[in-house]
Amino acid sequence: MSQQAQPAVATPPAPGPKEKDGRTAQRPLALRILARPDVGVFLGAVAVYVFFLVAAPPVREAGSMANILYQSSTIGIMALPVALLMIGGEFDLSAGVAVITSALTAAMLSYQLTLNVWAGVIVALVVSLAIGFLNGWLVVRTGLPSFLITLGSFLILQGVNLAVTKLVTGNVATDDISNMDGFDQAKAVFASSFDIGGVQVKITIFWWLFFAAIATWVLLRTRYGNWTFAVGGNKDSARAVGVPVNFTKISLFMLVGFGAWFVGMHQLFSFNTVQSGEGVGQELIYISAAVIGGCLLTGGAGSAIGPVFGAFMFGMVQQGIVYAGWNPDWFKAFLGVMLLGAVMINLWVQRTATRR
Amino acid sequence: MDRSSHSRSRRLAPIVAVAAAAALTLAGCSSSSGGKKSEEGGAAASAGKASTPRMTVALVTHQSPGDTFWDIVRKGAQAAADKDNIKLVYSADPNAGNQANLVQNAIDQKVDGIAVTLAKPDAMKDVVGKADAAKIPIVGLNSGLSDWKKLGLLEFFGQDETVAGEALGNRLNSEGAKKVVCVIQEQGNVGLTQRCDGVKKTFSGTTETLYVDGTSPTAVKSTITAKLTQDKAIDHVVTLGAPIALIAGQSVSDAGSKAKVATFDLNKDLTTAISKGTIEFAVDQQPYLQGYLAIDSLWLYKNNGNYMGGGEQPVLTGPAFVDKSNVDKVAAFAAKGTR
Repeated sequence: MSQQAQPAVATPPAPGPKEKDGRTAQRPLALRILARPDVGVFLGAVAVYVFFLVAAPPVREAGSMANILYQSSTIGIMALPVALLMIGGEFDLSAGVAVITSALTAAMLSYQLTLNVWAGVIVALVVSLAIGFLNGWLVVRTGLPSFLITLGSFLILQGVNLAVTKLVTGNVATDDISNMDGFDQAKAVFASSFDIGGVQVKITIFWWLFFAAIATWVLLRTRYGNWTFAVGGNKDSARAVGVPVNFTKISLFMLVGFGAWFVGMHQLFSFNTVQSGEGVGQELIYISAAVIGGCLLTGGAGSAIGPVFGAFMFGMVQQGIVYAGWNPDWFKAFLGVMLLGAVMINLWVQRTATRR
Repeated sequence: MDRSSHSRSRRLAPIVAVAAAAALTLAGCSSSSGGKKSEEGGAAASAGKASTPRMTVALVTHQSPGDTFWDIVRKGAQAAADKDNIKLVYSADPNAGNQANLVQNAIDQKVDGIAVTLAKPDAMKDVVGKADAAKIPIVGLNSGLSDWKKLGLLEFFGQDETVAGEALGNRLNSEGAKKVVCVIQEQGNVGLTQRCDGVKKTFSGTTETLYVDGTSPTAVKSTITAKLTQDKAIDHVVTLGAPIALIAGQSVSDAGSKAKVATFDLNKDLTTAISKGTIEFAVDQQPYLQGYLAIDSLWLYKNNGNYMGGGEQPVLTGPAFVDKSNVDKVAAFAAKGTR
């Protein structure tokens, strides 16, 4: 998908003695493709995939792949808006608990007021977007680093999730809503699975790829995409050339809210109840997937397709270790080494490809 | 200034209108099944109130936020406190050092008694000594069965995790299980590891361990699915907490596996799953009783000088099995969130 942006080359570049001036020479097509930020992570993901194909025989089954992609999609759907926000130069540390906030809102509202679950779903969307708006508004209004602002909202949401759930339900988990009106419809949208060639494939995988396609198009083909790169690269120059900086930043935060809502609804409709203490630490996984996917921590660079591979790599390593049947005591260490290795490959490929 | 506030209030009007309209719309789409309205009312277990002088007791646990299990412990403690005219001060931190600080905090408040969990006994040693020096009676609950006497606690209420694991292992033997995977949701947690070790000790088949990320239900689900696909010989999944067991049930059907799920600890949804047959059985350590007895024992000690367990033996609250044969008795209490 990302290759669309690459201008097609009709004739192969002519290297060697014919060149008169090295500065204007076309670099070979292969190198130019390799220099793209998302190709490194693509190769890293392929490397990890091939590695586990060899090391873990069960990975070769289609059912296992569906499971790995499912795990990747639940990370990936959130990694996308988080990546866009990072391209726009900001962080959101509240992304992990915001997922739970959204799911709790929908579950408690529907159950306590005995409403059709769609009512809860809509209100949860409003709440999630409002949290995103508040984060963004505080960041542009105060000019404080988003790291601090969202660290605050991370802690606030963590406490609110627990306290409000306990206050409303008397317990720390929400009540089962699976027998309520509209549940089956909502489950079909957020948490169903399809039979493809005898393999159960979860709907989140399709949503993930769909959102990734939209995000890629927006980033590369629309004015909003340009604004995103501009506000992340240099806010003041962006403002000077007429980019609506505040609008762009706030809307990017709201996009993260939308992602949190979607993943929250998936969790609610696949597990019927929500535990109020969950989600802590997931924000770092989303950010990792985005960074592995080639988004700079400083903003202004990245892609939407990179985080797709980043999330895939995360899901692949997480599940691959289990499929390989390795000693589970080492699980976290394996995960760390594999991720570090993958990022190194990514970096090496980019350096080699861009060397002049 | 004035103008901007004026325009803001004008901007607020449509928002209020939309919110009101939304509220009306919401009221229109009520669910005809499930929900709060279908919930049965039931009186909570409550006794009269003691006429002894008001006392303050601190309960300090190693709970991680939002855990259903600890919520039940706390409810038991609160029920005992209400009955005994006690003001209960609850605090918790999963980090042992922070938990010790919370105990110190209770000592500084000069409470009349302390109930504490000993998940990491060595870290609590000093502060327990300080409570003794301050002449504050201190009892243990839940974890620390092998250390409470060494540390000089008055009494202990809980379940030996290893014994509970062994009981579950024996039960698996009688079910005819051959290969079991024990799912640990928090790597490095002593109590959870002891449970799996206990299972391993008595279970005659093979026991494997699997670590999952307890903070993400989707990760738990796909990791257990992966394990069941990787090793098709697994016939029982043992989980160490009720929420994890419910997710494991979904993994089993996702993986197309025939494995059965058995678990430690109970909650409301789990009792439903046991009566439906999706979960085979649960080992209950009666968390409500742990909280209740710990607080009640401090009241008895203060007002009548009693020791539960005679000051020598711990008071065991588990392991008790809940399966299809007795789940109906438990379910009504679990629905109230007290079992």
